Amino acid sequence: MNKIVSKEQLSSCVYKLEIEAPIVAKAQKPGNFVILRIKEKGERVPFTIVESNPSKGTISIVIRNMGVTRTKLCNLNVGDEIKDILGPLGRRSEISNKGTFLACGNGIRIAALLPIARAMKEAGNKVITIISAKTKDLLILEDEMREISDEIHVLTEDGTHGEKGNFTDPMRKVIEKENIDYCMTIGPVDMMRDCAKVTKEYNIPTRASLYSIMVDGTGMCGACRVSVNGRTKFTCVDGPEFDAHAIDFDGLLLRIDGYRNEESKKLQHLK
Amino acid sequence: MTKEEYKEIYNQEWRKEIRKSVSPKERMAIPRVVMPTVPVEERIHSQRIEVNKGLSLEAAQLEAKRCLDCADPGCMKGCPVGMHIPTFIKNLERGNLLEAAKTAKSISALPAVCGRVCPQEKQCEAQCIYHLKLNKPAVSIGNIERFIADWERESGNAIIPEITEKNGIKIAIIGSGPSGLACAGDLAKLGYDVTVFEALHEIGGVLKYGIPEFCLPNYVVDAEIDNLKALGIKFVPNFVVGVTATIDELREEGFKAFYVATGAGVPKFMNIPGENYNGILSANEYLMRINLMDADDENADTPILTGKNVVVVGGGNTAIDAVRAAKRLGAERSIIVYRRSMDEMPARLEEIHHSQDEGIEFYNLANPIEYLADETGRVNKVRVQMMELGEPDESGRRRPVAIEGNIEEIDCSVVVVAIGVDPNPIIPNSVEGLKTSDWGTIEVDDEKHSSVDDIFAGGDIVRGAATVILAMGDGREAAANIDKKFKSEK
Ligand SMILES: Cc1cc2nc3c(=O)[nH]c(=O)nc-3n(C[C@H](O)[C@H](O)[C@H](O)COP(=O)(O)OP(=O)(O)OC[C@H]3O[C@@H](n4cnc5c(N)ncnc54)[C@H](O)[C@@H]3O)c2cc1C
Ligand code: FES
Repeated sequence: MNKIVSKEQLSSCVYKLEIEAPIVAKAQKPGNFVILRIKEKGERVPFTIVESNPSKGTISIVIRNMGVTRTKLCNLNVGDEIKDILGPLGRRSEISNKGTFLACGNGIRIAALLPIARAMKEAGNKVITIISAKTKDLLILEDEMREISDEIHVLTEDGTHGEKGNFTDPMRKVIEKENIDYCMTIGPVDMMRDCAKVTKEYNIPTRASLYSIMVDGTGMCGACRVSVNGRTKFTCVDGPEFDAHAIDFDGLLLRIDGYRNEESKKLQHLK
Repeated sequence: MTKEEYKEIYNQEWRKEIRKSVSPKERMAIPRVVMPTVPVEERIHSQRIEVNKGLSLEAAQLEAKRCLDCADPGCMKGCPVGMHIPTFIKNLERGNLLEAAKTAKSISALPAVCGRVCPQEKQCEAQCIYHLKLNKPAVSIGNIERFIADWERESGNAIIPEITEKNGIKIAIIGSGPSGLACAGDLAKLGYDVTVFEALHEIGGVLKYGIPEFCLPNYVVDAEIDNLKALGIKFVPNFVVGVTATIDELREEGFKAFYVATGAGVPKFMNIPGENYNGILSANEYLMRINLMDADDENADTPILTGKNVVVVGGGNTAIDAVRAAKRLGAERSIIVYRRSMDEMPARLEEIHHSQDEGIEFYNLANPIEYLADETGRVNKVRVQMMELGEPDESGRRRPVAIEGNIEEIDCSVVVVAIGVDPNPIIPNSVEGLKTSDWGTIEVDDEKHSSVDDIFAGGDIVRGAATVILAMGDGREAAANIDKKFKSEK
């Protein structure tokens, strides 16, 4: 059993939970994720580890209250327990001093970008950050990202916070102005696809950290499969990061909705 | 067991007497027992109703009477672990059930499981004299084994194993399938301090996540796990060795030897156009959602894909399990698509028969070549290349050959791919110096010893996808060899 030791509300619909998981906390590296199951008869759902505190034996995850398990998780409180946590899963991010690092994050997945950007900063990179979201409520961890960035651009599509507009505009400006050595994009699939299109034009090595439907998280089910360079890869063990210029984003976009109808039925039941 | 040793058991007084008590002619006149089953209408609405109801004591003893107690029994040779079959059968016949159970348990760590899932028609029963020489159905060895093991569990007379004094030597078992469990049990009995690490949240490997409850109910496996817990074995779920902690880190924690039984759990896909469409999934995903995450329960959180027509690709146990699971989830048509004919299907015969009773359709000599989808990316058709049988291949089965131009389409909204699995790469990838074959299995010598001094391995990670009985047997052999290693080091 893994106890929730703190809960923080990051916006009207996004929460951060700090959970006891000493073994995972000890082994975690940027880019890793966990699979958790709240209770008996629960589903197994993946979450990026945003932070870990090995001495305290805790990890933190960020959740938006949508979907069955996610909504249930958001309704848990300090002191409640989560039945199973498996991790740290996935290949760790490659952290090294590459020079100038462009970190592009969108929406709630900025949470997954933070540990990588922080590690890249610590490795000596100049970090330029562009974070964006549809609307203010989905733009999270701005202060934390600002702290580790040499330069930061903040945008919302509807203009409720930061600049109004699409992230590709500042992105192009940054790329024109700076010599970007490496780019990481983490956000919804269409955002990562758009981001990869831009860096491809400029030939900037780019990695995207994917999310997908998962069951075991250890390579045993193939639910998380994605086509990279025309070959089927499993996000949980071969990823979650892949060369953003080789990913079949359109296929992925379809696959992540693979259980949408079934899930919305369950959600109705929950409400 | 040597021939002489067998002769001694064979010639015990009670055994001679029981042999003489009924004439061979009378024995041969008894028809083979029929396993009672739950009626189809009742069972096809639940994943959790075991189809076979088990034999009554009378029925089991009558079946035991059929056994002629051959002096040179073929059944024992047909059994991959040399189970003392006639000895437990004759003990049952004379009414000494405890002795029968002890006999079975002295060879198999999991007789209640093997009695249910072994392909007896290819192993022990294939070598039975009834089948080979008498042109009659073999003695129903699997059903007798199951009866004896179930009796032991349910009678409250569970055999309490003898445990050697604890020696404090820490051993890590990696993977909690039948191979890991068998190895853990033997080592604990020999006094070792055993910890079993399992990646999933459930203990049991394929016995839990793969084989459905209508074939092998969880309580049968759980009873075995409880027995192992009673021996002091520690179980650590949610722990991927090589990821959560490396073997090196476990060595630092004091583990002196490792038994790797991580199975062959990586699903194969065919890499044909459209295979990543929604609605197409591996049998592992499909069965895990049901068996491990209760997707068949409306109140559970786990979604599962259902559809009017469900196509399952493959002809092995996994395929048959998946197609029967689909029927139970309410599919109107549950269809097996298999590239060879009925006769070449590797699945257990009994399961094929049960599935036929349940209305499963078989689309044989057909091989998928492409999937088609609707505008939302959900599969709606599979195109299959029709095949015919040609010359036999290395496996002795006739090779399927495409009939040129003969392509058909099957409407479907769910496709489950069950064409086989690859060895789990996590341990081979994370241990330096661990020798593997070209196809990723761990290489071991006759003593289940790998190329790394403190690492032994067995089960599907060594054999590729094999069977429960072989995995169990490997685990027991490895335990004996691990013990030998420590005894010789003393
Ligand atoms: C659906 C299905 C039906 C089958 N039906 C039959 C049947 O009727 N009869 C029969 O004889 N055989 C059957 N088989 C085959 C049989 O189940 C296997 O041969 C047998 O289970 C292999 O046992 P094992 O102990 O080697 O591995 P498994 O049972 O595969 O167990 C391996 C375990 O190791 C765990 N693991 C993997 N990597 C790690 C790691 N790094 N750290 C920790 N844990 C790890 C896995 O999660 C898994 O639980 C079937 C298989 C399937 C999939
Ligand atoms: S989640 Fe099962 S293979 Fe990746």
